[in-house]
Amino acid sequence: MDLIKPGFGLVFWTVITFLILLFLLRKFAWRPILGAVSEREEGIKNALASAENARKEMENLQADNERILQEARVEREAMLKDAREIREQTIARAETEAQEKASKIIEKAQAAIESEKKAAMAELKSHVAGLSIEIAEKVVREELSNKDKQLKLVEGMLGEAKLN
Amino acid sequence: MTLSTLKRTVFTVLFLSVFSFGFAKDAKEQGDDEKFDAKSMIMHHVKDAYGMHIITFNEGKEDEKHITIPLPVILWTDNGLTTFMSSEFHHDYHGHEVVEKNGGKFVNVHEKVYQLNEGETEVKLDEEGHPTNAERPIDISITRNVFMMWVSVIVLILIFFAAAKSYKKSKNNVPSGIGSFVEPLVVFVRDEIAKPMIGEHKYKRYMPYLLTVFFFIWINNIFGLIPILNGANLSGNIAFTMVLALFTFIITTFSGNKNYWKHIFWMPGVPVPMKIFLMPIELIGIFTKPISLMIRLFANITAGHIIILALMSLIFIFKTWAVAPVSVAFSLFIGIIEIVVTAIQAYIFTVLSALYFGMATEEAHH
Repeated sequence: MDLIKPGFGLVFWTVITFLILLFLLRKFAWRPILGAVSEREEGIKNALASAENARKEMENLQADNERILQEARVEREAMLKDAREIREQTIARAETEAQEKASKIIEKAQAAIESEKKAAMAELKSHVAGLSIEIAEKVVREELSNKDKQLKLVEGMLGEAKLN
Repeated sequence: MTLSTLKRTVFTVLFLSVFSFGFAKDAKEQGDDEKFDAKSMIMHHVKDAYGMHIITFNEGKEDEKHITIPLPVILWTDNGLTTFMSSEFHHDYHGHEVVEKNGGKFVNVHEKVYQLNEGETEVKLDEEGHPTNAERPIDISITRNVFMMWVSVIVLILIFFAAAKSYKKSKNNVPSGIGSFVEPLVVFVRDEIAKPMIGEHKYKRYMPYLLTVFFFIWINNIFGLIPILNGANLSGNIAFTMVLALFTFIITTFSGNKNYWKHIFWMPGVPVPMKIFLMPIELIGIFTKPISLMIRLFANITAGHIIILALMSLIFIFKTWAVAPVSVAFSLFIGIIEIVVTAIQAYIFTVLSALYFGMATEEAHH
């Protein structure tokens, strides 16, 4: 049956035609079409990747901002705390200093009082001694006659002076 | 059913009816008295011919008129190149018309040109219809299949050049017009055929061949279904499928790597007796693969044509109008299936070619 016998003429022309068609389509159709398609796909891929990168960058930026804000907040807290501490310290120091000064003044005053007192006492003593000598003089003058009376008087005077 | 679908159906039925008359008239060419010979009618439609016969008017009457596109007959005889137009046979394919050219006498016997032996003036046929006193010269005529092949080439070039152009015109590689119609098909061949069958790294080399084969087969399958082209059955011709299968075979064989040949001659991973047993089988396999490609495409397309023609022949076999609706309905049904088959067969041929290329280039992974 020549239905299944390949005819030479058709084989001949098919080979030639197919090779020419393959060459022409390869050069002028498949290469540009496939090139354009893959170029576009590449472009889309790149665009998606860069969009993703941009998104990530945005996220990073936002995180950065957040972090900086947080840091600023912490810093402010620390500064406020420091200020509060310094204030308290200053006040405390001032207080102690004042107290010290006050106590020093008091001490000095006390010392002054003591020394005044001592001076006063010394003066008093010398005064009393003078006075007693005066008295003694008078008594001596007056009572030299009466011995008993003299003695009694001296004793009484001295006792009075001591009580002072 | 809407009005438009109704209209379309009626139109299709009418169209197919007209189509069937054409066959009937062809059948009658063999003589009014003769019984209708479905087999010879079908074979004449399925096989190649020297002219593109379109239609016949006033069949069997005095003023019978054929409308045929004459095509050149190109022969290589003992006297060198001999060419003449197929119209010189005057639509005769029974060997009655003798054409004298370049010192030789030529007759057309069932669409095969024979050169009469020296001194003979008329062809003598044996019981099977083969000439006994004539030889076939080397025949590279532009037959109707060759003609249709060239038409398909022109159509393909127009489509794909325009598509390629539409990419060039756009700035961002976005196709327009026919390019946007063609692109999904091209991408389909790339992503669904080449990449999975051959692999991501090697498919690029085979893309031009696979694409060309796919569209060449598909468009010729479609042309084969257009009734007015009158049986331009190129992709149902074994010569055509043989050439394409041969190309696949050659490419497979030449791109076969060490691993491929090792799998054929010394199958790894099996015992030695099995290796020896498998060697001839694998060796035969090299050839059965392209042969199966050749036969599959040829048989599928030819079978489709034969079924449609046979259904139409029923009308003339039963000699009644009553069969016509049945024939029309059935051939419409088969026709729709055939439209699907055009794409499926192109797809199968391409997938299997890609698969063979993939097998030939596969790297060892055992």
